[in-house]
Amino acid sequence: MEKLARAHVLVCGGTGCSSSGSKEIIPELRDNLKARGMDAEVKVVETGCHGLCELGPLVIVYPEGVFYVRVKPSDVDEIVENHLLKGRVVERLLYKEPATLATVPDYDDIAFYKKQKRYALVNCGHINPESLDEYIGADGYEGLAKTLSMTPEEVIGEIKKSGLRGRGGGGFPTGSKWQFTRGAAGDKKYVICNADEGDPGAFMDRSVLEGDPHRVLEGMIICGYAVGADEGYIYCRAEYPLAIKRLQGAIKQACEAGLLGCDILGSGFCFTIHIKEGAGAFVCGEETALMASIEGRRGMPRPRPPFPANSGLWGKPTNINNVETFANVPSIMRDGGDYFASQGTETSKGTKVFALTGKINNTGLAEVPMGITMREIIYDIGGGIPNGKKFKAVQIGGPSGGCLPEQLLDLAIDYESLTKAGAMMGSGGLVVMDETTCMVDVARYFLNFTQDESCGKCTPCREGTKRMLEILNRICDGKGTEDDIPLLESLAKSIKAGSLCALGQTAPNPVLSTLNFFRHEYEAHIRDHKCPAGVCTAFAGYTITDLCRGCGLCKKVCPVDAISGEVKGRHVIDPGRCIKCGACQTKCPFKAIDKG
Amino acid sequence: MAIRSLDDLRKIKESARQATSARHESGTQVIVGMGTCGIAAGARTVMTAILDEISRRGIQNVSVMQTGCIGMCQKEPLVDIVRPGEPRVTYGNVGPEDVPRIISEHLVNGRIVTDLVVAKL
Amino acid sequence: MGEKFTESEMARLDELLADLGSQKGTLIPILQKAQDIFGYLPREVLIRISEKTGTPLSRVYGVVTFYAQFHLNPRGRNIVRSCQGTACHVRGAKAILSELKKQLGLEGDETTTKDLRFTLETVACIGCCGLAPVIMVNDETHGRLVPDSVKGILEQYS
Repeated sequence: MEKLARAHVLVCGGTGCSSSGSKEIIPELRDNLKARGMDAEVKVVETGCHGLCELGPLVIVYPEGVFYVRVKPSDVDEIVENHLLKGRVVERLLYKEPATLATVPDYDDIAFYKKQKRYALVNCGHINPESLDEYIGADGYEGLAKTLSMTPEEVIGEIKKSGLRGRGGGGFPTGSKWQFTRGAAGDKKYVICNADEGDPGAFMDRSVLEGDPHRVLEGMIICGYAVGADEGYIYCRAEYPLAIKRLQGAIKQACEAGLLGCDILGSGFCFTIHIKEGAGAFVCGEETALMASIEGRRGMPRPRPPFPANSGLWGKPTNINNVETFANVPSIMRDGGDYFASQGTETSKGTKVFALTGKINNTGLAEVPMGITMREIIYDIGGGIPNGKKFKAVQIGGPSGGCLPEQLLDLAIDYESLTKAGAMMGSGGLVVMDETTCMVDVARYFLNFTQDESCGKCTPCREGTKRMLEILNRICDGKGTEDDIPLLESLAKSIKAGSLCALGQTAPNPVLSTLNFFRHEYEAHIRDHKCPAGVCTAFAGYTITDLCRGCGLCKKVCPVDAISGEVKGRHVIDPGRCIKCGACQTKCPFKAIDKG
Repeated sequence: MAIRSLDDLRKIKESARQATSARHESGTQVIVGMGTCGIAAGARTVMTAILDEISRRGIQNVSVMQTGCIGMCQKEPLVDIVRPGEPRVTYGNVGPEDVPRIISEHLVNGRIVTDLVVAKL
Repeated sequence: MGEKFTESEMARLDELLADLGSQKGTLIPILQKAQDIFGYLPREVLIRISEKTGTPLSRVYGVVTFYAQFHLNPRGRNIVRSCQGTACHVRGAKAILSELKKQLGLEGDETTTKDLRFTLETVACIGCCGLAPVIMVNDETHGRLVPDSVKGILEQYS
């Protein structure tokens, strides 16, 4: 039997923390503990993502639950010597609240986590994702055991009772979806987990796959039992190598333990799961395109009906849900649908994971009850806007979504309220923008994305997004005309009405939403030839102020030799040559270069 | 190992729970003084003995913690036992041989080992 | 054309085709693994895949050109992916990309350096938004970048 460890050191091994250096911390810790003969009593565990990626690498020491941030390999010795050996907390590595700068030693007291309700993410960061035992120790596979003692109809009833809706964007009621697949004629059926998380700005599915892969498998097995399928596919983007590795490991463990394969838990039910790697096409997040891709074809959507529930993968009835949806299923089955339904709003039950990014202090993942306000997410959990800048808007729902301006910060968030405000839940990516973000540029950014990712099958999407992008480029380049805004609006209407799949139908949303709330910025570009946020380079001009000390750095960095001046003398920019790249401003150590 | 039934699952869950018990809130605490003086007096062997004894008996819901010097250096190694709702009891001059007695008498059965006690807070 | 790949590479391809060629829905995995062997997907390889799997060459080309992951031309030893996701965009990804191009000496639409040391691509989002702006070199992610960090990162890869 494994010896009881008095202390556990949890080191975040999520993609965020790994790239800020957690990979070097783990061996350093193990070596240091070993050198002191403490390796048997202190256990080092590599976990999945804790969600507070901004402050990574994160290290948590139990039993005290002390939370260390931005830990470097050189800090390891101090943590071992002082904390693990002598019981003294290392103050300088503690988390500080961005608002008050107060240090907070205890994980549970940190504002970022306090308002969260971790349901799908409950294990992320708290268990070793590569250990089946730890998942089982955290109530894992109990929902499956309970499921197998019920009839499939009862299972679907429980999911319906929970009120769970699809977390991938559409928000379709999960129980009803399962019911359709169960009711479809045919003896061969499939379950697909959509892990092709493509929305720029969303990474919750990645965190669940990396941090708690067994939860997703358990959700899929339960679904297979309920709909009458014996085979499942996980379609995961190839850009997520760690997630794929963890899933492969988890599938292997589950097969060896008899939790996948034949006669699961002695129930007679059989289920297998395969992984399919995506090949880099955003449109494959659309369910019919995804199935075409699994079948080895170009990932292009097809008209519905028939819906996948009746004719899906290889023409067989197929149930598709996304990662976060499946991650909610095991706990719903274990605790019953009523508990889940007690959270959230009238129409949107439970919790939702949001990815907080952009101009916000605490970037990371936050799981909150539906019905919370955007203000609570951005200011209480996210810690507000950095560098004293003013909030302008939050973009929600990725390329299909829209922006919410300051006056809508107190809106209670659920599927319906967001759609009504011209945005959408989407996958839950929140990108915060401050006064230095140009909303026309943001709209152009999204159109550029959808234009690039349009599969080209239907004309409204293929041609329409291209024309819209051309207009937006024109406006940003200072060549917009008064007719451009109505033209954008009429194109948007046609594309929404005429496109084949959700990619095209929602592609104009970022433009419509910014036109709705920030029309004055479009007008400023067109009429006044100004970019109010100072982003669009066509309108920018750089000048050097008398703060210049003549260090010459700007001259060196300028790619077109537009800057001249003597050492220790004030430098000047030749506006005729300047290409407005802004490199000089970034480089200037004296903040002597103004943009205007 | 193959999991064939809910009972098998529960068994794995129990042992996994104990293995990760340090990460859960627990009622009872064992605190070992690990300042320079404590370590010099042999606190580390006492700590190891405590961990061995707890795993051997399969006791759940206990966290073993360490603390710095509390200024009673002549009585080191010091071990405190805190049971929920009861006063904190400090034992002094603890050796590894005293550990089984402290664990079985006090931690499990709530009877203070009077001959080793130095203070009650 | 012709003598660019070795007998052993072709043998590995045949082995792969013998393994997966007859199963349904395996065209994409075959192409992924073939690209792992050759580094890209040369014409000869696509013809061989078409012949052995009985898939029309036009369909094989259709799939290859549809997905961003597949490449018809040789690529650098190190793949640099510059993230252009929303979070990276608002935190200055453009400046990182132009610094990458400058450091690698790439102009216009060029993606691969002449010495085949690097290939530079953009990617819509690598899901590491918390550390924006980020780039990925091979399988390693580098985050919280400023243009000045680029040079040092590239130097780590030969």
